[in-house]
Amino acid sequence: MEYEPVIGLEVHVQLATDSKLFCGCPTKFGAPPNSQVCPVCLGLPGVLPVLNQRAFEWGIKVALAFDCQPAKVMKFDRKQYFYPDLPKNFQISQYDQPLSHAGHLDIVVDGVSKRIGITRIHMEEDAGKLLHDPQEPFSYVDFNRSGIPLLEIVSEPDLRSPDEAYEYLLELKAILRYLDVSTCNMEEGSLRCDANISLRPVGSAELGEKVEIKNMNSFKAVKAALEFEITRQTQQLQAGTPIVQETRLWNAKSQITESMRTKEGASDYRYFPEPDLVPFVIEPPVVNRVAKELPELPAQRRKRLAEVHGLSAYDAHVLTQHRRLAELFEQVVERYRNPKAVANWMMGELLGYLNAHDTEPDDVTVQPDWLIHLLECIDRGTISGKMAKELFVESIEQQVDPLQIIESRNLRQIVDDGVLDRLADEVLARFPQSVQDYRGGKVNALMFLVGKCMEESKGRANPKQITEILRRKISSHGEQHP
Amino acid sequence: MGVVSAKEVQQTAWLARLQLQDAQLHRLAAQLDEILQYVQQLQRVPTDRVEPTSHVLPLSNIMRQDQVQPSVPPEDVLNVAPARHGQLFKVPKIVDI
Amino acid sequence: MPSTRPCELTIHELRPLIEKGDLDPRELLGDLLAQIEQLNPTLHAYIAIEPKRLHAMLEDRLRRGPRGRLLGIPITVKDNLCVKGEETACASRILTAFRPPYTATAIERLIQEGALIVPRANMDEFAFGSSTETSHFGITKNPWEPARVPGGSSGGSACAVASDLAVAALGTDTGGSIRQPAAFCGVVGLKPTYGRVSRYGLIAFASSLDAIGPITKDVTDCALLLSIIAGRDERDSTSAPVEVPDYVASLEASVKGRRFGVPKEYFVEGGIEPEVKDAVEHAAQVLERLGMRRVAINLPHTTYAIATYYIVATAEASSNLARYDGVQYGYRATNGSGLRAQGSGQAHSPQPTAQSDLIEMYMRTRAEGLGAEAKRRIILGTYVLSRGYYEAYYLKGLKVRTLIKQDFDEAFGQCDVIVCPTSPTAAFRIGEKLDNPLQMYLSDIFTISANLAGIPALSMPCGFTKGGLPIGLQLFAAPFEEARLLQVAYAYEQATEWHQRQPAISSKQ
Repeated sequence: MEYEPVIGLEVHVQLATDSKLFCGCPTKFGAPPNSQVCPVCLGLPGVLPVLNQRAFEWGIKVALAFDCQPAKVMKFDRKQYFYPDLPKNFQISQYDQPLSHAGHLDIVVDGVSKRIGITRIHMEEDAGKLLHDPQEPFSYVDFNRSGIPLLEIVSEPDLRSPDEAYEYLLELKAILRYLDVSTCNMEEGSLRCDANISLRPVGSAELGEKVEIKNMNSFKAVKAALEFEITRQTQQLQAGTPIVQETRLWNAKSQITESMRTKEGASDYRYFPEPDLVPFVIEPPVVNRVAKELPELPAQRRKRLAEVHGLSAYDAHVLTQHRRLAELFEQVVERYRNPKAVANWMMGELLGYLNAHDTEPDDVTVQPDWLIHLLECIDRGTISGKMAKELFVESIEQQVDPLQIIESRNLRQIVDDGVLDRLADEVLARFPQSVQDYRGGKVNALMFLVGKCMEESKGRANPKQITEILRRKISSHGEQHP
Repeated sequence: MGVVSAKEVQQTAWLARLQLQDAQLHRLAAQLDEILQYVQQLQRVPTDRVEPTSHVLPLSNIMRQDQVQPSVPPEDVLNVAPARHGQLFKVPKIVDI
Repeated sequence: MPSTRPCELTIHELRPLIEKGDLDPRELLGDLLAQIEQLNPTLHAYIAIEPKRLHAMLEDRLRRGPRGRLLGIPITVKDNLCVKGEETACASRILTAFRPPYTATAIERLIQEGALIVPRANMDEFAFGSSTETSHFGITKNPWEPARVPGGSSGGSACAVASDLAVAALGTDTGGSIRQPAAFCGVVGLKPTYGRVSRYGLIAFASSLDAIGPITKDVTDCALLLSIIAGRDERDSTSAPVEVPDYVASLEASVKGRRFGVPKEYFVEGGIEPEVKDAVEHAAQVLERLGMRRVAINLPHTTYAIATYYIVATAEASSNLARYDGVQYGYRATNGSGLRAQGSGQAHSPQPTAQSDLIEMYMRTRAEGLGAEAKRRIILGTYVLSRGYYEAYYLKGLKVRTLIKQDFDEAFGQCDVIVCPTSPTAAFRIGEKLDNPLQMYLSDIFTISANLAGIPALSMPCGFTKGGLPIGLQLFAAPFEEARLLQVAYAYEQATEWHQRQPAISSKQ
């Protein structure tokens, strides 16, 4: 029996507003514990919530970006349960009249485009953070995070593989980053993901028992956890054991999911309308204004870059994953008319640098001029390609135009025949053995001599020219060898 | 006949994290049963076309500017805590994450 | 007038004396404290009183201000209204030693006018009650008859005003908790329109029903305090952006030709004590003599008000009280881990599982910290919200609430104010209703609808029983029509002398 996975994802995103959802406390990550709190987000007796207007508008913005029509009227509800990180022992969330319903997100997997439905998006306040003492039987609570605005984006169970889930998350993040509403950083907790997965026989229309998976700390972890679950559930089903509906936690160390201690039945959250907050009417003029202010989203940009600059779908995809990358690309090609070269350089050198240093495009400044100058220098032969790569890195780290570095350190490539000639003579005189070796048939000896010339000239000798000069000199003094 | 049983009262008490002793439980269940029987009368009121009133005032869209306001100094908050661990509130451990 | 002690005067009598320099606020405070020292041990209107601290605060107020219409005048506030740095406990064990780092907006506005705040007027625990018998800190007595209740839940405030232990007070009203004690104690009590006064700093009972309001010796004081505390507050999303008129200036407007409605449902045979009915009937006649026109009106859903209230209010209360769990402040029960006092030693019982430790902390903290009535309401409220019952109870209750509100909307199309009794009886005996919660709830029948509909309502004395107990007259008006309410109340008061009577216990002999 062949089984197919049916996957849905619930993503919680922290909105990067200046202040919290219902109070004026700052939302900065990493502050000392309990230093960004006030009576409202601590839920002290007698205080009341007041909605953050920017969070309201950003909610509309996000809904529109996922093609969701915002609700005409939205309201908040209390979701009730007891937990130490929840100061009021209820969370102000949204139940039956959320920010928006039905929308979608399009992903591309193996060149095939697929539409993933979004069931709903709603707004709610975050809870505090609970830390567990490894030895003592105590836990500790930091309420800095309590009250930070969250959007919960729930997908339809339209995903059919861990790869699709991964692509969904990448695209979701790209869109949110384009909107500039969140840092979308899973390590810092500004983006969190829970997955629901069930298996069913291929061709069946019914859904199997679903398992919820939590505690995945990266997109890769989501993929790995889903892969593990598919294996686990498949084995179980094939052995004839039915799947139990439960919540499982991803254990990153052992790379398995583990059952959570069973809670007593499904929670009864006793939702009811939040009496301390009035309803919110989302007026058409507001929606229209927000819609007009939407930036060009990744999918649109991809299309445009491919059409206008002739980029392959793959290149367009890579370059538009991050808004800053796409912007840089467009700024460079405006004045350096070789999109393919720019694309290659950015995907190779820039992304390589970012990955090596575990940095986001946002956290690094690269002026379009620098890239343009570097590419022009390579074209003109002012520097070698190899040197250009080194200069690029230095440029970023020093935050200085590569042209400046070239000038100040006199790095121009040596193309003057006279200079190169003298250099070749010097090196040939120092390494007579290599000359013999080359004449004796060892091709590598020439490369060795070229290398020495590069060393002597501090990498500035034009490699092509010096190689030719050396070859000419060696063969002119002795027998020619192939 | 009773509207609510002692067992249901016990389950409800659990939802509200209230511990009830047996004697308390039975007395409370009897009182709650009487009250719930009394409120059954609402079932007689026709409300098919009636909207619920969650808010008596016709207010909407009350919001505030996204501006940082000064927070309370952490000491003021932690000073009254029943148990603390440096700058953190301290509670008995929970098992599930 | 016979020599009156400063503590017996109203705000509007005190102001000119203080402004002219004929009375030093320190003398006023001293006199008030003397009265408190003499009578509070018996009446227990205050949970605690700190004379030295009050004198120091008065000095500070007189020296540094703010100065305003209430300079140097002590205003008493109920124990569920936050005063920064003062213990505010809602008369509950679970909030022992809780000192809020903020002051309720309504109180801040009094302070801005120079008032001296006297905290800790006793109340029913978390405002759950109609008799001030459920306070963790002891019962308050009715000054007219100390074997009887002062009413509740603002029993301490009403008792204090009636016996000159307070010049004036703030109470809160969710189902009648200002008006009913005002009626039982023979003073004026006003529940403003929902949203007229900010709820910021009011420790919530039922968020869609709670209101802060004045309890005073006469209507003029009531109008003055309302003028000061009313108005939009950006810290309260449900605070109405409606202009605050000068309630004092408009008090003397003529009521001739105005209509008052008498709802037949509030005068049902057997549903009201004969003496109460007579007193209110006489009051209606006074209003007619003043030129007002009487109109018969119907409020057909009155009979469902109590059921509706005890579903909606307890549901909200169960949620509002969930935060009292011993984590951040207030009372925390000691458990196996000995967390109550830092470093107080190891568990003596066999090591409980970690999970049961936290749960146990919640359960025992709440079991030990909350009183019987609080538990009853929390469980009832939790029940009506729980899965499977929400539609039948809570949602249904909200719909019937709409019908009750519509009753009033229609009624105010036919009259300007509605006149009725505040309570079916005068003050009952201490302990009389404590064993039967439903009986206690049923006594709220005349006050509860005003909270469900959100309309303003006022109670004032309109007579006495043969046994010498005050009887309360209740007036309703349409939302934000407090001015009209106060005008009618003022006219009635000027035409009668009930407000000049004092309980025997507070006079000098």
